[in-house]
Amino acid sequence: MTNTIYPARKIITMNPARPHAGHVAVRDGRIVGAGTLDELAGWGAYTLDDRFADKVLMPGLVEGHSHTMEGTLWAYVYCGFFDRMDPEGTVWPGLKSIDEIVERLSEAAGRLEDPGRPLAGWSLDAIYYGNRRVNRHDLDRVSTERPVGVLNASGHILNVNSKALELAGLLKTGLDHPGIPLGEDGLPTGEMKGPDAMAPLGPYTGFDRDLLSCDEPGLRRFARLCVRTGVTTAADLANTLPDEAVDMMLRVTAEPDFPARIVSLRRFYGVTPEELIAHVLALRDCSQNNLRLGIIKAVADGSIQGFSARLRWPGYYNGAPEGLWYIPPEHLLEIYERAMAAGVQVHTHTNGDEATELALDCVEAALRKHPSPDHRFTLQHCQMADAAQFRRMARLGMCVNLFPNHHFYWGDQHYGITVGPERAERMNACATALASGVPLAIHSDAPVTPLGPLFTAWCAVNRRTATGRTLGEHERIGVADALRTITLGAAYTFKLDGEIGSIETGKRADFAVLEDDPESVGGAALKDVRVWGTVQGGRIFPAAGI
Amino acid sequence: MAPGGRQPGPLPVTIVGGYLGAGKTTLINAMLRRAGGRRLAVMVNEFGALPIDSSLIEAADDRIVSLTGGCVCCSYGEDLVSSLAMLAALDPRPDHVLLEASGVAFPGAISGTVGLLQDFVLDGIIVLADAETVQRRAADRYLGSTVRQQLAQADLILLNKCDLAADPEAVEAWLGDVAPSARIVRAKQADVPIEAVLGTRTDGSAVTAGRRFRDHTAGYVAAELDPPAGVDPEALARLLADPARRLLRAKGFVRRPDGAMAALQVVGSRWTVSDAPAGALPGLVCIGLKDQADPAAVRRAIREAETGARPTG
Ligand SMILES: [Zn+2]
Ligand SMILES: [Zn+2]
Repeated sequence: MTNTIYPARKIITMNPARPHAGHVAVRDGRIVGAGTLDELAGWGAYTLDDRFADKVLMPGLVEGHSHTMEGTLWAYVYCGFFDRMDPEGTVWPGLKSIDEIVERLSEAAGRLEDPGRPLAGWSLDAIYYGNRRVNRHDLDRVSTERPVGVLNASGHILNVNSKALELAGLLKTGLDHPGIPLGEDGLPTGEMKGPDAMAPLGPYTGFDRDLLSCDEPGLRRFARLCVRTGVTTAADLANTLPDEAVDMMLRVTAEPDFPARIVSLRRFYGVTPEELIAHVLALRDCSQNNLRLGIIKAVADGSIQGFSARLRWPGYYNGAPEGLWYIPPEHLLEIYERAMAAGVQVHTHTNGDEATELALDCVEAALRKHPSPDHRFTLQHCQMADAAQFRRMARLGMCVNLFPNHHFYWGDQHYGITVGPERAERMNACATALASGVPLAIHSDAPVTPLGPLFTAWCAVNRRTATGRTLGEHERIGVADALRTITLGAAYTFKLDGEIGSIETGKRADFAVLEDDPESVGGAALKDVRVWGTVQGGRIFPAAGI
Repeated sequence: MAPGGRQPGPLPVTIVGGYLGAGKTTLINAMLRRAGGRRLAVMVNEFGALPIDSSLIEAADDRIVSLTGGCVCCSYGEDLVSSLAMLAALDPRPDHVLLEASGVAFPGAISGTVGLLQDFVLDGIIVLADAETVQRRAADRYLGSTVRQQLAQADLILLNKCDLAADPEAVEAWLGDVAPSARIVRAKQADVPIEAVLGTRTDGSAVTAGRRFRDHTAGYVAAELDPPAGVDPEALARLLADPARRLLRAKGFVRRPDGAMAALQVVGSRWTVSDAPAGALPGLVCIGLKDQADPAAVRRAIREAETGARPTG
């Protein structure tokens, strides 16, 4: 019954009654209290552990929308334009030219023994290489023997070499497909655009399986990334959760040194809405401390940069057609109704504002049928919602999890091509959400953008694009709001705010351990705050030793 | 395996699209029931109110080979490809795949993927429309453009539930504007002959010379013709696909002027010409609606393609 008391340079508690403290007392993985040493000594015997004496503690960060697939993808070659840290802490420098991409892939190919084995890369961002597109001839320089496939950062383009095309039977003239550009020789250039064109190449390039249900090494890698980014609870937002995956996740997350709490949502796929509810209720009963199950994920539309998000009139700035539904509206309504009746929470991917409108209509209709207090149905991404939609969300008791990272990675494209200047400036309207009283979270959607709530907070505070434009000054939020959003805010969307998200009596002893003080570095430096590691459930995980 | 142990050709895939409630499952059940000697593989999706009749799937004589679950939606392309590969690997191999698209999928996008797969060939796109509700759906705030695009991508539209609609003629006229390149077939309970949906079976020898339209199923006619040698198959296919001909389907083999045999297939306005399998005999089967298709017009098309293939003055 001995408490451990940690003095710290500063403890940011998110408890408004005492927003800062100098000490925190921990017992049995939970927080006894935060305050002065004198106050905490009143709880009885303690040992003083001063390892964090020069650190800043925050509530463990909560990533409200990521995918454990981020861990799986690190088995492939990182080909992104921006620097990115891998689960082992190595920062892979961004690749600034096509030659550099070829070079990194060639190095990786050199390490493979089997000459026929596919080489897969990920996170290529074609828009950053000027007018020059990566083509099969570039990737042929990596190998003409083995198939090579590189997935784009957006997930909507797959670049392949000639061997991959040949294996798929597509290295031929006469192809007529909107997603397959042809070269002057009449053969495909190797850029496969959109899921319809990418699909035939999947089996030959290593992208054929359902990447969204994670594998064991991927899950472990993902958890190491959590430690490095100060995350103690992270969503795995779209898993079909087959029994084998659930068994594996239950086993791995229960290990004494597994450092993160995974909230894995059951994606609506392959079952009826009725079966979905039954599965989720059964899953909910399997939950354990570090694996939380029992929430539904539905996907209403596609993505903005893939032009598959459903936009309201007048649609896409460049005139592209109005996008795709990924679920029949009747099914969305049925899921909502059944979920409301069963007391199950639903998180819905909506990117375009028409998809958001549909989700709002369906929530409203479902609520009329099954009035459901504190349902906390959450819209994920919800990037294009306007002020009226935020007001509706507030009235309907909904939460929103916005995607400010988009401003940095694709903001210039949204401004110039996809949605146009005006709507690009209102995208991911964090300030409007807060002003409307909609409970707010913000996310990375890792692996779409890198895991890192402090970076996401920086995006919400600064709204800077990669070229330095501030996109929507009036939607910037303050540092305090941003920090609350990546802790309590995200916890609220999973109904975990009574358990995690702040440093106060009775909650889980989950801390982000920081070298710098995010409250004093200034909003512009938020992304540069150094993470020492985490404390999760009272267990200490230094990033350096993970 | 094809007769004589030859490498089987690509597996034909017919896409069945249309919004929820239009009768996709009813149609698939009807096709399974009428499969005859065909080994149909079915990929269903969406788990609608109406299940696929499992007694049909468990048919003892093994003619209906498989049923897979899974959501066929263009956003899950990789699942589509792996599920199709699974069907193609079945032993015995199916003769034909019926692929049910999700209620919000664009069948044209799925056909684009199927067209890229080396072991498969797109047969055609059938889109069902509920005569009672399709116009209301097409005006729906959320669904309208999706429903209209699905219809526009069809080779054949099955205008279903005509018995329930107040004015099926008006719906058919409206469909003509929404989907100008599709042939429209009216039906109740998705009751149509399998030949109209999946085409006739031609493995190189199945066409028998008949040279006349004969009664088939009520409302439909099939012409079995013996085209002369020296026909330009591309010209003939284009003529048969012409909406003026009002054929639902045509399929068969014709001899080119240079003596080579070509396989020809027409589904609505879509046509393809490829090399015929070895040993194929000339013959052509055309299917149309009894009150629409004109055998004389088909014969004229053949004559036109014949002269068109010869050097002219
Ligand atoms: Zn999403
Ligand atoms: Zn996501």
